[in-house]
Amino acid sequence: MMKKRRSRSNGGGQWMLAAFSAAVFAVGCASARAAQAPTASPAPTQATSPARGQDTATSVDRPQYPSTYQRHPNPPVVIKNATIMTATGQEIQGGSILFAGGRIVSVGATVNAPADAVVVDGTGKWVTPGVIDTHSHLGVYAAPSTQAESDGNEATNPVTAEVWAEHSVWPQDPQIPLAIAGGVTTIEVLPGSANLIGGRSAILKLVPARSVQEMKFPGAHYGLKMACGENPKRVYQSRGPSTRMGNMAGYRGAFIQAEQYRRRWDKWNKDHSGDAPQRDLKLESLAEVLRGNIFVQNHCYRADEMVQMLDLAHEFGFKIRSFHHAVEAYKIADILAREGTAVSVWADWWGFKEEAMDGIHENAALVQQAGGRPVIHSDDASGIQRLNQEAAKAMYYGRRSGIQVTRDQALRWFTANPAWVLGLDSIVGTLEPGKMADVVVWSADPLSVYARAMQVYNDGWLVYDRNDPAHQPKTDFSIGRQP
Amino acid sequence: MIAFLLAQTIAITGGTVYPVSGPKIDNATVVIQGGRITAVGTNVAIPAGATRIDATGKWVTPGLIDGAGNMGLREISAVQNTNEGTLRGNEVAAAFNVAEGINPASTLIPVTRIEGVTSTLSVPGGDLIWGQAVLIDLDGATIEAMVAKSPVAMVADLSEGSKGAGGSSRAGAAQRLRRVFSDALEYSRRGATYQRAQNEQLAAGAADLEALLPVLRGQLPLMVVANRRSDIETALRIAREYKLRLILVGAAEGWEIADKIAAAGVPVLVQPMDNIPGYDALGIRYENAGLLAKAGVKVSLMETQTENSRNLRQQAGNAVAYGMTWEQALRAVTLAPAEAFGVATQYGSLEPGKVANVVVWTGDPFEFSTGVEHVFIRGKEIVLRSRQTELMERYKTLPPKY
Repeated sequence: MMKKRRSRSNGGGQWMLAAFSAAVFAVGCASARAAQAPTASPAPTQATSPARGQDTATSVDRPQYPSTYQRHPNPPVVIKNATIMTATGQEIQGGSILFAGGRIVSVGATVNAPADAVVVDGTGKWVTPGVIDTHSHLGVYAAPSTQAESDGNEATNPVTAEVWAEHSVWPQDPQIPLAIAGGVTTIEVLPGSANLIGGRSAILKLVPARSVQEMKFPGAHYGLKMACGENPKRVYQSRGPSTRMGNMAGYRGAFIQAEQYRRRWDKWNKDHSGDAPQRDLKLESLAEVLRGNIFVQNHCYRADEMVQMLDLAHEFGFKIRSFHHAVEAYKIADILAREGTAVSVWADWWGFKEEAMDGIHENAALVQQAGGRPVIHSDDASGIQRLNQEAAKAMYYGRRSGIQVTRDQALRWFTANPAWVLGLDSIVGTLEPGKMADVVVWSADPLSVYARAMQVYNDGWLVYDRNDPAHQPKTDFSIGRQP
Repeated sequence: MIAFLLAQTIAITGGTVYPVSGPKIDNATVVIQGGRITAVGTNVAIPAGATRIDATGKWVTPGLIDGAGNMGLREISAVQNTNEGTLRGNEVAAAFNVAEGINPASTLIPVTRIEGVTSTLSVPGGDLIWGQAVLIDLDGATIEAMVAKSPVAMVADLSEGSKGAGGSSRAGAAQRLRRVFSDALEYSRRGATYQRAQNEQLAAGAADLEALLPVLRGQLPLMVVANRRSDIETALRIAREYKLRLILVGAAEGWEIADKIAAAGVPVLVQPMDNIPGYDALGIRYENAGLLAKAGVKVSLMETQTENSRNLRQQAGNAVAYGMTWEQALRAVTLAPAEAFGVATQYGSLEPGKVANVVVWTGDPFEFSTGVEHVFIRGKEIVLRSRQTELMERYKTLPPKY
């Protein structure tokens, strides 16, 4: 199996790179209009409409906070003689990986590196795809954790689908470099879980930047944060919802409004008859969920509530891309697999609140066993630095309980599977020719507690090198403060 | 007085034994009788009738000791009614001993002990003086059966968290602590005839002042939570002034003055995986435990989240990844806390005469690949079952059988 993969990557690498780069470039190119604006706007095709000139154009036709992300120029890099875990089923001993122009060129026993490639000795090291976290609050709950920087929950209304997490993200959050040093290359920043519907997520490349726009993953689908259970009913106890049934009524009421909004805009986009409907940012986000352009990311702990939310999704005809936290996912692993809904879980968080009491170590492993798609997520500025450790924990506990989990599957829990949850699995999450060069070099087996990320490449850019202070970026917050 | 329920005789044979008090011993035997370790070594006579545990290929260590958390005092942190560890309305709660709040039936206890943590410090929470912490073994039907030492230490706070009790000022908190200590000494000197209250309010109630006397006489350690370098220095200063037996807790910026802490001979409790900067400790970093140990500080490790106490071994593994030696880290979760808490004659190592808290692991206890094979607490073998393992059994095949 390993041989077959090697020959493919050697033989077909260049072609695949070219083909894939073109695809990615098209997405990147179009990001300001086609990718970013449509996901934000209720009318994906209106930009080409001849019926509307400058004077009639409305805000919805213009770019909606587009990504200004640009790949950092960097030389080709070849990492030689490392153990390469590709997240595609192979673990290549003494292997090499070449990346150039921000793309992986080839992976295998040997690679043909150009003369100008930077050569990294990978002897005794492990190489994996960049770590991806589906659930982060970096930038919106920034360190040093003062009220002044608490920007994650717009806890003023149970439904705030109109807020966008990116408008809270502070790129100088000193927690960002810590996460980078843990091998993290892509994150989904979510609004908090105070609200039934908390707002849009931001999908970010984890790179030093002056603005969040410079971090926004080109072409990524927005997520919509929804939350079940204890948090919304606690936060809105006095005004409602104050019960789980109140929570359900709240989601349903919001999507009923969104259905009508979507119909109005779809009709107007078709016939342009009369004045355009008034924009409503809340309903715009929800309508995009109904159109399938925004992915629902649903904080939900209990099994019975997840089943309720699946019924809600059926009622309104959308998909829940991933449940988050989902400490009881193992109780309904068969249902989740059938629905095609991923679960973003911790390895072992439990017991800190009533709805988390039934969390067990084998959660991810049991979901895997049932044919589902587990993701190890962090929801935590500390945990995001050790997602490899958390996945290792979940894998080994599963194995000790007799559940078969492979090392590749455990690796996919923090690489390929989160990439799928964000809709980016054709671009990141594995080490394959043509994929974005998000690559981590580890000091040891990444499923060992002793492993540390030694080098982190994001889109080919060396954003972290443990042995080189020149590649240990600090945020503005951190400079000039400490010895 | 440590109670032993069983007088079972057990011989753990063939394992690689890490006594902590000395170098590892290959292919060694550990004998347990009457709840205590009676022999450790390669030339050990196995008593007739002993239950034999084959530990060939396994690692044998003392049970781990978590020097933090609220075990037994906190069932669900977000459910107020299940929390017992904080005495509200008294910022100087020196007389508050948490022991009678401990629930031996807490579901957290089995969850924790089956992962190799056999003893934890149950620590109160609070404002300036939190109260008295107790050390418990994680087995027993009654509080009496669990308590290993009570009190272990008086707990006080000089970090950001105590500012409220200091009038929103660190200096205020330190000054208030001094005034409490001085009043306690004055109270002690004058006893029942002490009349100062006629002119000025005492800094604390009589019971709280009384409870501080063992601390001021150097009989009971004072654990002080301090993270900022200057707060650590304040704690060291106050300890010198009152001749206290200080234990530092947190000590996030301790690495910056590791030599000073080492010179003072003060033990430190550290949580190695903490590295998120805040205004209480902008210098916080993963390497803290390693740098402190390197400077000769007596380092113990802790996991402060009660329900995650079982992750103490992950804390230790990370301490090793970021600079501690493996031997230092093992000591930091066994003998070092036993020494800091004044129970090293009974706990923390595999030596004849010590309480038989023993764990048999499949390998390196800090590695995720390692599982727990056997846990002994006070010589009794613990069934490796918890509410969580039962949930797993119920749902491992779907639909479940109710």
